[in-house]
Amino acid sequence: MHIPDGFLSTATSAVAWVGAAGGVGYSINRVKTELTERKVPLIGVTAAFIFAAQMLNFPVAGGTSGHLLGGALAMILLGPFAGSIAITAVLIIQALIFQDGGLLALGANVLNMAVVGVFSAWLVYRGLLRVLGSRKWSTTIAAFAASWASVVLASLAASVELALSGTSPWGVVLPAMGSVHMIIGVGEGLITVGVVSFLRATRPDLLALQATPIRGGVS
Amino acid sequence: MKKHAWLIGLAVALAVTILAPLASSFPDGLERVAEDHAFLDRAQDAPFQIIPDYALPGISHEALSTILAGMVGVVIVFALTYAVAWLLRRRHNVNA
Repeated sequence: MHIPDGFLSTATSAVAWVGAAGGVGYSINRVKTELTERKVPLIGVTAAFIFAAQMLNFPVAGGTSGHLLGGALAMILLGPFAGSIAITAVLIIQALIFQDGGLLALGANVLNMAVVGVFSAWLVYRGLLRVLGSRKWSTTIAAFAASWASVVLASLAASVELALSGTSPWGVVLPAMGSVHMIIGVGEGLITVGVVSFLRATRPDLLALQATPIRGGVS
Repeated sequence: MKKHAWLIGLAVALAVTILAPLASSFPDGLERVAEDHAFLDRAQDAPFQIIPDYALPGISHEALSTILAGMVGVVIVFALTYAVAWLLRRRHNVNA
């Protein structure tokens, strides 16, 4: 859902830039205390993997495709603050080098996918883990739900920006974007659960790296 | 991460790009909505192009061009993110 230039009004783009800067700035501020020597390369590898995985569009209903956004995956592997920074890096490179997503629209894309996408995943993940407790399947359910919710909410954020810009009426763009991303979100959930399960089986130490920030919570 | 274990992770990311030519070429969710509701033509071309459409320029073999574009991207994203995290960590440690 990378918004190209031309879809958003100048005012909407500007507000989105402010929101993106606030979210990423907050993440940068918060991430510093959790940057262990082991975590620095993991952030780079996670961002690189998500960039690659985003190239793999999978077909969904009616001649439409979707691809991983990776917000929930980054949040689970890195915690929300480093995760948000990793997704921002991916979006910056996509806009600057690959002309995927506009330059003026970069603020909106960061706000939607790196801020809304990552932090909504975090809230759902934490909330569900608290409700489900430490059952065997609770992290799998929480990871799936967090992934699905992050895609749907990011698409709704994009819809709000499109409607505010006068590009498409509220009553058209919200249901259209929401419904197609409810399907794409299932793909996001399956990929995220697959990657997390694989890592849990092979490298459980990596998942333990972020255990404290996620369960410890922010108050 | 264990020392140099990140190399394995980077290799996995590079390997994922080999699958990229198999990706669906259908429009994504936003493009589909833009097409169905007649605002796709508002999209403007970028003021400059470096590796547009995930195809490395100058390589006529389509699949190879996509894979190499992906690999270039993987390396750049890794380097940028690693550098940012490294700098943030160093700044924090210096301040602490």
